[in-house]
Amino acid sequence: MKTTLIAGALALTATAAFAQSEDGTVRLGTEGAYPPYNFLNDAGEVDGFERALGDELCARAELTCEWVTNDWDSIIPNLVSGNYDAIIAGMSITDERDEVIDFSDPYTQPDPSAFAAMSDVDMSTGVIAAQTGTIQAAHVASEMADATLLEFATPEEAVTAVSNGEADAVIADKAYLEPIVEEGDLSFIGEDVLIGGGIGLGIRESDGELRETFNTAIQSMKDDGSLNALIEEWLPGSATF
Amino acid sequence: MCSDPETLDGLAWLACYLTTGKHLSLYWSFGTVLLLLAITAPTALLFGFGGASAARSRVAPLRWLGKGYIAIVRGVPDIAFFLFFVIALDQGIEYLRHVTLCPDWDQPVRQGNDFVVCSAAKMPLGNAPQWLHEVYGAGLAVLTFAIVFGAFAANVLYGAMRAVPRAQLETAEAYGMTRAQVTRRVLIPQMWVYALPGLSNLWMVLIKATPLLFLLGVEDIVYWARELGGTKTARFTDYPHGDWRVWYFGVLLVFYLCFTKVSEMVLSRLMARLTYGQATSGGEAQRKAA
Repeated sequence: MKTTLIAGALALTATAAFAQSEDGTVRLGTEGAYPPYNFLNDAGEVDGFERALGDELCARAELTCEWVTNDWDSIIPNLVSGNYDAIIAGMSITDERDEVIDFSDPYTQPDPSAFAAMSDVDMSTGVIAAQTGTIQAAHVASEMADATLLEFATPEEAVTAVSNGEADAVIADKAYLEPIVEEGDLSFIGEDVLIGGGIGLGIRESDGELRETFNTAIQSMKDDGSLNALIEEWLPGSATF
Repeated sequence: MCSDPETLDGLAWLACYLTTGKHLSLYWSFGTVLLLLAITAPTALLFGFGGASAARSRVAPLRWLGKGYIAIVRGVPDIAFFLFFVIALDQGIEYLRHVTLCPDWDQPVRQGNDFVVCSAAKMPLGNAPQWLHEVYGAGLAVLTFAIVFGAFAANVLYGAMRAVPRAQLETAEAYGMTRAQVTRRVLIPQMWVYALPGLSNLWMVLIKATPLLFLLGVEDIVYWARELGGTKTARFTDYPHGDWRVWYFGVLLVFYLCFTKVSEMVLSRLMARLTYGQATSGGEAQRKAA
């Protein structure tokens, strides 16, 4: 993964992190372009599953939280450089990312990734669109040797590439593709694949205290079922805890 | 009226759609971009002037500094510069604050991937309001743009200073002016006419470089056009629509073309003004026409 490598290299060479501030203000970084996980609503505010989850976690941990949007490409370098204190952007837990940052406990089960296309195509030799720096892009690059990977900066562009014929199919989290398939011309093809270790908050490695705080809050939401309620509300069809 | 957009149609729907909070952010971002350009251009010119003067200096270390600045910054790809330099700059500022504000800190500043400073040294402070973070980010963006474009401007000005006819400077010297006076009274007023074509190129490139701002967290017009134009499904918005990016980017196209046109008009007037009375073919043509 080229972008991940660049991000990793940058993180190694240029990092300026702060520990969580003492007065309890925590800045949450998200992409704002990945519904239903996170997106900007009509008012231009961050909304979605992770907005609801993040606000609830902060309330339970008695933290004041502030939402920040950041480009997906530079979301990890900006975390380690301290522009925000946690990434909450539908980021699956992977070993590769875990080398650069830490993750909280997962707040979703490993979510199925799905392929969507205009018609039935042979994916093993086709052109597959995916967002750059994602587990899906890594999956195509490493597991589907004969397929051609086409990477895009945003998931939206990856989907558009299929509608305009540039790519044969798009791969993304199933929860993201679902509303698009429901209302558009695309349909799911092939079998879902399970990749990644669930979604967690990305936190700086030196910020163990914040990680523990969020882990406690996530556990309490798992225990009283409120996390499952959120998953059912925002990510219908996804596995609950 | 906009509370239930599904019941609206035609112009009423459009009026509501175009006044959502998200669209207001788009309109604001036009202002942000223009403001950043208005601050960046003079700052870059200042860097360029400094760089060119240093590169012409008689003091060798200063000359190396100027030439090094021009060569290095022009050679590094913008995007690498934007990702690396800004983070390093931010880190440098915080490190200095850390050393002065928290002398008792006993943990190492570098911990693996992370660079940890005490919370009082953060820039801006972690509990500062979001707008302050944005202003700080924009400030870093302006500085970075100024350094990058300053290097190109320095090269343009360096060439322009050498293009001023030697006879002009010799005449000034013959009148007994010192080197500083020659530079101030003859060289600088006359060099602009040679520098302007190069500088106007830079200005045009700068206008269109604003999408790089989003790398620094500043949401510019291209970011909002992409965000607003993308397909919106009914589940997540009151105003579902298909892929409308072509319309948004069409508006941007018109905006940039108009901006370019206005810039050209201003620059050509400036050129006419600067040419006046100069020992160039343009100045000669003006003299004959008068």
